[in-house]
Amino acid sequence: MLKARIKFRKYGVMRFIGHLDVMRFFQKAMRRANIPIAFTGGYSPHMIMSFAQPLGVGVTSDGEYLDIELKEDIKFTEAVRRLNEVMVEGMEVINFVRIPDDKKSSGMTIVAAARYRVTLLESAKSADITRAFPSSWQTKLEEFMGQESIVVLKRTKRSEMEADIKPMIYQMEFREEGIHLFLAAGSEHNLKPDLVMESFVKFIGENPESVPFHYHRIDVYARGPKGTFVPLDELKLP
Amino acid sequence: MRKLALNDEILLKIEKPARYIGNEVNSVMKDPEKVDIRFAMCFPDVYEIGMSHLGIQILYDMFNRRDDVWCERVYSPWIDLDKIMREEHIPLFALESQDPIKEFDFLGITIQYEMCYTNILQILDLSGIPLSACDRRDTDPIVIGGGPCTYNPEPLAEFFDLFYIGDGETVYDQLLEAYKENRKNNGARKGFLEKAAKIEGIYVPGFYDTAYKEDGTIAAFTPVNPHAKATIQKQMVKNLTDTYYPKAPVVPFIKVTQDRIVLEIQRGCIRGCRFCQAGMLYRPTRERNVEMLKKYACQMLKNTGHEEISLSSLSSSDYSQLKELVTFLIEEFKGDGINISLPSLRIDAFSLDVMGKVQDIRKSSLTFAPEAGSQRMRDVINKGLTEEIILDGAGQAFEGGWNKVKLYFMLGLPTETQEDMKEIPRLADQIARRYYELPKEKRNGKCQITTSTSFFIPKPFTPFQWARMYNNDEYIARAAIVKHEFNEQLNRKSLKYHWHDAEVTVLEGVFARGDRKLSKVIREAYRLGCLYDSWTENFDNEKWMKAFENTGIEIGFYNLRERRADEIFPWDFIDIGVTKEFLYQEWQRAKKGEVTPNCRVKCSGCGVMKYKGGVCVESKN
Repeated sequence: MLKARIKFRKYGVMRFIGHLDVMRFFQKAMRRANIPIAFTGGYSPHMIMSFAQPLGVGVTSDGEYLDIELKEDIKFTEAVRRLNEVMVEGMEVINFVRIPDDKKSSGMTIVAAARYRVTLLESAKSADITRAFPSSWQTKLEEFMGQESIVVLKRTKRSEMEADIKPMIYQMEFREEGIHLFLAAGSEHNLKPDLVMESFVKFIGENPESVPFHYHRIDVYARGPKGTFVPLDELKLP
Repeated sequence: MRKLALNDEILLKIEKPARYIGNEVNSVMKDPEKVDIRFAMCFPDVYEIGMSHLGIQILYDMFNRRDDVWCERVYSPWIDLDKIMREEHIPLFALESQDPIKEFDFLGITIQYEMCYTNILQILDLSGIPLSACDRRDTDPIVIGGGPCTYNPEPLAEFFDLFYIGDGETVYDQLLEAYKENRKNNGARKGFLEKAAKIEGIYVPGFYDTAYKEDGTIAAFTPVNPHAKATIQKQMVKNLTDTYYPKAPVVPFIKVTQDRIVLEIQRGCIRGCRFCQAGMLYRPTRERNVEMLKKYACQMLKNTGHEEISLSSLSSSDYSQLKELVTFLIEEFKGDGINISLPSLRIDAFSLDVMGKVQDIRKSSLTFAPEAGSQRMRDVINKGLTEEIILDGAGQAFEGGWNKVKLYFMLGLPTETQEDMKEIPRLADQIARRYYELPKEKRNGKCQITTSTSFFIPKPFTPFQWARMYNNDEYIARAAIVKHEFNEQLNRKSLKYHWHDAEVTVLEGVFARGDRKLSKVIREAYRLGCLYDSWTENFDNEKWMKAFENTGIEIGFYNLRERRADEIFPWDFIDIGVTKEFLYQEWQRAKKGEVTPNCRVKCSGCGVMKYKGGVCVESKN
């Protein structure tokens, strides 16, 4: 079985399109681009396609992934070209790589971490107008990360529970372009960047409602052979 | 990058922001500096409904083929955004450019059903365009209406500058040229409207005056501007093959009601059911060439990536090349996981065979629309469907493995008796009996016969345009008679019954055949907060009743009297080709239960022959 992983960017007005609609968008894009995608059997066949890690509405990204199964081979440069011909502004396919044909390589199961850039906004009205972080935040961020544990209220569809998110924050630091977050992601442990920032804003004694951020996902990672984190499209075929 | 009319804070707060951002595949972007005319095309309902409408897609494609026109889309903001736009004074905008509608040259509104009338006022109001056409200035867009409800535009007369009567593919070029010429000469609004009034099919309501008799009916309807014609001729595309049809319709991001390719195979219907307005308005029946349809099906699938294609027409079984088309679609696309849907098919051996190929029999249901329960009543409405045909069709379907049937009927038809009503459950029971007559091993558990009734609404340009309606209580009483009779049936456990709301029916009846006086009721209902009236959860009958009360308008005048033979109707100034004499003759035949054969069997001389097109000239080609 031939499997491929597609990496794409989502930016601009497309940040308002939710995860399910992005899936629908790609199903139709596969047909427009005439990608030889495989279908399931049965009475109403559907495309064999799975997405790695849902992206929240409003968040932009340079590293989104979906895996597909192919019924025949296609040159990968050709696939990227054809897909980009049928994209819209705000969606760009940037890579198309072969992946091994086994369950444990699928994007869904191997996701281990995600990297984000958080920018501070003048107002919640626009993600484009940023402002500099107050200089005092630098030390406060160190204090925040210096805590033994960071306990937050994690809300799921069914319940609310307290959880220590500190072990899931692999990195949180100031950089020129914004706060840099490297967080646990995937089916086992998953931490959303807004939960971290909300907790931080509360820690410094501000109201999260009045401190607007924009979140940008830089990439999504799996565990590499030596325990290092590797972007999903850079895993080597065994 | 495109700048949006709504800020991030709003977009992240409201339901389905994708309704308002544009940017969809195949949406058309142009440079506003390089076009002469900005046209905003509106369907006055929420995005998911509006995007499902074929007519707008046809016109959008047609306008945008012109280099000098940029046609964009606009739909009703949902209630959540409506509130925010009012609070924050955000003007209504078009999806493509995100520019305010008020800056456009034209605002075109398609009017598909009566219960969208308050939404039309919402569109104007949020755009900052005066509600009354007479209050508009030269800088306001020209507001033009089209679609089925414009065959009686009078209740909306106050709110529109123009109405376009007929198929949209015909005279828009003339209208746009007149607009450009008027602007070149620095002409004012009125000058353009006078030019427009001279174009066939264009009706300028402000150029006419209505005089009423003491009893409230119309005494005279007369042009008061020398440029206005006494009669407006319906526009018709003679050849539906060599005309506009979109090869690349816009593909929405979110799931819309009609999330598929729609292939209109023909326009019009040969049947002549006496309650059916579309069957009269779109005469003569015109087919599209089958080769053209095949070509378009392929291109549209390729350009959209949709996974379903649906054939559209009033009665697909009457399309002469149906077999060839359907066989082609199945052979060409079934392997690619493309679904094919075939609504409005008569149930017979061919359609059962085809449906067996394109859908999962165990999950799908068969639909019959006998419209009336008794044969007498079906003869009155000229529905050429006998009990035998229905039972045979159902029997064949049951043998083919189906076990679900949906039945559609109307209550409150002219001359209806209690006996006619009771025949509805009895027919449903007969169908169930046919199922249980099958040997047990050929059955698939119990059968499910679902019956729905709606209340009949007489429409303009139908033989029933003279008929009376009933009030709320009477409708509910009729549904109760049917309900009661269902409980008497042998197979009642396999029968389900639903009936439609009566309150909405009453209002639809008023507006369908109403006159100019109703503009103030619509305005008052809107003022009281009525909006999205076609959505059950938003419909507020009390507010509507209050609006009638406040404006002193009697519902009974419109609904509860049979109209006299010589009454002048508000829509009489429109000529659809079918003559009033023919309709009246059909009304008389209906009362006697006499059936009239369909156009292919025998020409009934309805008058539409003068267009010299479609089925009228078929045999003579």
